[in-house]
Amino acid sequence: MPKLSDVCHVRSKNAGPFWITLDLFFADRQAFDLYADDASLGAAAIARLFEVDAGLIKRFALPDLFVVKLSYPRAVPQGGYLERDMHGGQQYVRLLDLEL
Amino acid sequence: MTERLTNTINVLVPVGAVGAGVRDSDVQHGLAAGAHAIACDAGSTDSGPAYLATGRSKYSRDAVKADLAILMRAQAVAAIPLLIGSCGTSGCDMAVDWMRDIALEIAREEGLSPRIATLYSEQDAAFLAEAATDGRIIPLAPFTGTDLAVFAECDHIVALMGPEPYIAALRAGADIVLGGRTTDTAVIAAVPLMHGAGAGPAWHAGKTAECGGQCTVTTRDGGVMVRVGHHAFEVEPLSPHNACTPATVSAHMLYENTDPFELLEPGGVLDVRHATYVAVDDRIVLVSGSCFNAMPYTMKLEGAAGSDFQTIMLVGIQDRGVLGEIDRFIAQMHAYLTGRVEAAMGERAGRFDISLRPYGWNAVSGSVIGGPQPVPREIGLLFVATAASQEIATQIAKTCNPAFFHMPLDPDQELPSYAFPFSPAETERGQVFDFKLNHVVRVDDGMQLVRTIFCDKDALLDAQA
Repeated sequence: MPKLSDVCHVRSKNAGPFWITLDLFFADRQAFDLYADDASLGAAAIARLFEVDAGLIKRFALPDLFVVKLSYPRAVPQGGYLERDMHGGQQYVRLLDLEL
Repeated sequence: MTERLTNTINVLVPVGAVGAGVRDSDVQHGLAAGAHAIACDAGSTDSGPAYLATGRSKYSRDAVKADLAILMRAQAVAAIPLLIGSCGTSGCDMAVDWMRDIALEIAREEGLSPRIATLYSEQDAAFLAEAATDGRIIPLAPFTGTDLAVFAECDHIVALMGPEPYIAALRAGADIVLGGRTTDTAVIAAVPLMHGAGAGPAWHAGKTAECGGQCTVTTRDGGVMVRVGHHAFEVEPLSPHNACTPATVSAHMLYENTDPFELLEPGGVLDVRHATYVAVDDRIVLVSGSCFNAMPYTMKLEGAAGSDFQTIMLVGIQDRGVLGEIDRFIAQMHAYLTGRVEAAMGERAGRFDISLRPYGWNAVSGSVIGGPQPVPREIGLLFVATAASQEIATQIAKTCNPAFFHMPLDPDQELPSYAFPFSPAETERGQVFDFKLNHVVRVDDGMQLVRTIFCDKDALLDAQA
């Protein structure tokens, strides 16, 4: 079973102070067709990984770009007293070892 | 070869934000290529709530002044409008005034006399509470309601402007418009919309160019030019060595946006579902098929306020025993420090929090690391005390200092001394700030909540005196 990082370039970023967005750029059409709908990248799995309510996750597939985009609300708004990643730029890392 | 657009309105976008580093050569390329306006923003919420809560800029005054001077000289030479949105990072009133004073200083030093309009969109808390009572304030997901008290809790509240105030200021004769908080897209879309370009292409061009070179192959290589027509727009880098491709341009719709197809803007929604991206040549991309669907006019609100205070300490740890069992070490240290503060300070500590973050282990995620992991060679252990006042936060840090410095992994070991880089060991980092609002306010039109003030000759003369 490949890991996500074997078939995908991934990034994360704030989408405003209340959301994080994850962009999964698959290497090519073949990888996109094989894995874009994989259950390990479904809303339920992502919700477990980031500890958010699956019902709040937004998920988009962009076949022309070989991209899957996932957005989830932050548990607390950006910048609170326990903030560890002000720009959300490192949140993608926990996706890298996901087994597809 | 795809045909070039004709009769376009061309906007030079020199940088993602004024203060980040404008290159004069980029601006000259853009002017030579027929720019009709220069537009970009100078702010964002991206760096957190402190800038809005305090009204202070993220970028240095020197950096902003250096960039603005290049843009003001270009404005004067080319006699085209210069539009800057979200001045001073947050775009609150005092941040706009800060930018205006820098602009007046540049005008004085360079012998320029532009007509400057300033746009203010900071909002009164009582007015917004009234609007909420009238049902004109709508929460955005993941918020589900509006607590009327929240408006008064904010130190500053801004409403994000659309293009209308910029267009009105230009029609009234402004050469330079310094705007308060505005959507990134609106600043760039304003001049094309004013001259009758297509709304879909104008807004989509604004979104594409909002971060300057982010939509190019070499993202850090300068800004871009957008040429906006009735049914399409073109985008090209200002640097002759950089390029846009259909992939880099279309991918930018994903950036910092929860939805890759739709963007809610003041007065409508940009829909790029049916947009197509075609290479005109090896540097320029043509985008067509974008729509802007008008909706009842709303403005997004941003509000932030100060809350508790923090004092921090940092030690470096290379002790191999500790590094072999970091999680156990930190859990027992946290329990000990919390108990020590309660014992030594009692109720005086109030509601407090101690956070231990091992950089080099799991400080960024804060999550438990599963499975076997390589042992790091060293970690930086950050201690963060949060309390109701700076004084208490610092007293908590000082109370914790001996154990943070000397705590062994097991009680029967000799006292270690971890590596403090600073004396004094503790640093007061000041207040924590919170974003409080995630709402839109329904308004009659794009001008209703905006105040426009022209810096007339007297202001320029005052600055010169």
